[in-house]
Amino acid sequence: MHKRYSTDFKVADIRTVNSSCYQLVLQHPDTLPEVAPGQFVQVQLPDSATSYLRRPISIHDADFKANTMTLLIRRVGNGTELLSHVKPGDTVNLLYPLGNGFNLDTKQIGNSPLLIGGGVGIAPLFMAAKHLKAVGANPTVLLGARNVEDLLKKDDFAAVTTTECTTEDASFGTKGFVTDHVYMKDELKRFTSIIVCGPMPMMRAIARVAEANNIPCQVSLENKMACGIGACLCCVTETIDGHNTCVCTGGPVFDSKSVKW
Amino acid sequence: MVDLKVNLGNNLVLNNPVMTASGTFGYGLEYDDFTDVDRLGGIIVKGTTLNPREGNAYPRLAETRQGMINAVGLQNKGVDHFCKVIYPELKKYTKTKVLVNVSGSCIEDYVACAERIAALDHIPGIELNISCPNVKQGGMSFGTVPEMAAKVVEAVRKVYPKHLIVKMTPNVTSVVDIAKAIEGAGADSVSLVNTFLSMAIDIKTRRPILSTITGGMSGAAIKPIALRMVWQVANAVKIPVVGLGGISSASDAIEFIIAGASAIEIGTANFINPNIGNEVVDGIADYLAANNMKSVSELRGSLII
Repeated sequence: MHKRYSTDFKVADIRTVNSSCYQLVLQHPDTLPEVAPGQFVQVQLPDSATSYLRRPISIHDADFKANTMTLLIRRVGNGTELLSHVKPGDTVNLLYPLGNGFNLDTKQIGNSPLLIGGGVGIAPLFMAAKHLKAVGANPTVLLGARNVEDLLKKDDFAAVTTTECTTEDASFGTKGFVTDHVYMKDELKRFTSIIVCGPMPMMRAIARVAEANNIPCQVSLENKMACGIGACLCCVTETIDGHNTCVCTGGPVFDSKSVKW
Repeated sequence: MVDLKVNLGNNLVLNNPVMTASGTFGYGLEYDDFTDVDRLGGIIVKGTTLNPREGNAYPRLAETRQGMINAVGLQNKGVDHFCKVIYPELKKYTKTKVLVNVSGSCIEDYVACAERIAALDHIPGIELNISCPNVKQGGMSFGTVPEMAAKVVEAVRKVYPKHLIVKMTPNVTSVVDIAKAIEGAGADSVSLVNTFLSMAIDIKTRRPILSTITGGMSGAAIKPIALRMVWQVANAVKIPVVGLGGISSASDAIEFIIAGASAIEIGTANFINPNIGNEVVDGIADYLAANNMKSVSELRGSLII
């Protein structure tokens, strides 16, 4: 097990990404230790009457020169709403880096992985895409959302590598779901593996297509958790070995074939 | 110099009154990166049953105001796995006392599980979780009827010579009646409270949030109720009382000790601050020093009415 830390970060920047999402840049007080694409942090919330537990948030980006980590967060409830009110200079405690990140070893996933993100599920893929590009692979990104407003960070992804989009209302890119895109149909064969993070129905659909076409597929799950470190056993998912496995320590990234969908 | 040592009787002496509650601290090992586990008074490891249990289906967690409801369902790999795989790792803790929380669904299972743990030198005691449903008695919790509580404690007492803490459920009319029955059955101490039976509903779907509909509530919100129960029990029994329920700070812990607790356990607060146990140890030491008290026993039960 890799070393994990509890550290007080300072808010370096907080900005609105769209009507429901915001981006938090957190400054490590000293040297940011290694964090891998696909790992997550447990964010302690400011004192509040309504929300209590830490919030598990995937790492969107890390800058080891500036010693900052970036989180992309969607307001889904009281906790993430509360966190959206922090100001530059505020202290935010993180437990990190948690869980197992994506397998980005090109010897195993091949040189042409397809990274698929849905909604705020695109968050951990950004660091993965940058990593793959840096090691000389040829990643392709496919982002899906309801409409262009919810299509997060498409320009940032496009600046890293080939990026295509789908929207349900046809406001940008191909109309429909990510599974309607040509990448998931006629052109699927040119990808050596799939990495996906998004809503459960989307990941389930992609896992099914990947399995039918015999393409390795990694999924990143986001079950509700209390501790994030394998102690409370609240965040389990049923795996094909018949056991309940903690998403926080057994994942959050799983081989799609190991998950009981 | 303040003496934080606490003697709970039957060879269980803690270096300080702070323990971690079962189910909130894994086996201690999960927390090594975040806190000095060995500096705690004790750690009570995950509920262990005779046979492996997969626990309940997901979702198992509902957050509530200043609390949470869980429905984990005692997921664990069984006592044999504990003895063979986990126990050897726990021997690295030399200062803290490692206790095992023992759960079961019938008296025979409790007894068989306790017997196996009695053979482990490095485990000076167990905490018997009698909040579990008795499958042979229509699923009623052992800990809700004085006679049933006494029966399981008596049976385990016969095979378990080391320190026996009995963890009580708060979901009863009179905690005092249950505590007296447990004391009469030969327990060395009682701990209370376990979680409160509760539920949460998702109003968007009108479905229960938990897969099991109801679950056990813990966290800061339950502290005043737990404190009242600890005070009642401490006034009614002679054996030591271990207080728990929502303790999230040194001042919370001190309240329980003033109410009569000999030691305390920290549960849900570990999820929010994994170093809280040691912060509470320091906070109790500071409080005793500031109040010119030399030991925890001077503070214990010092409530002025």
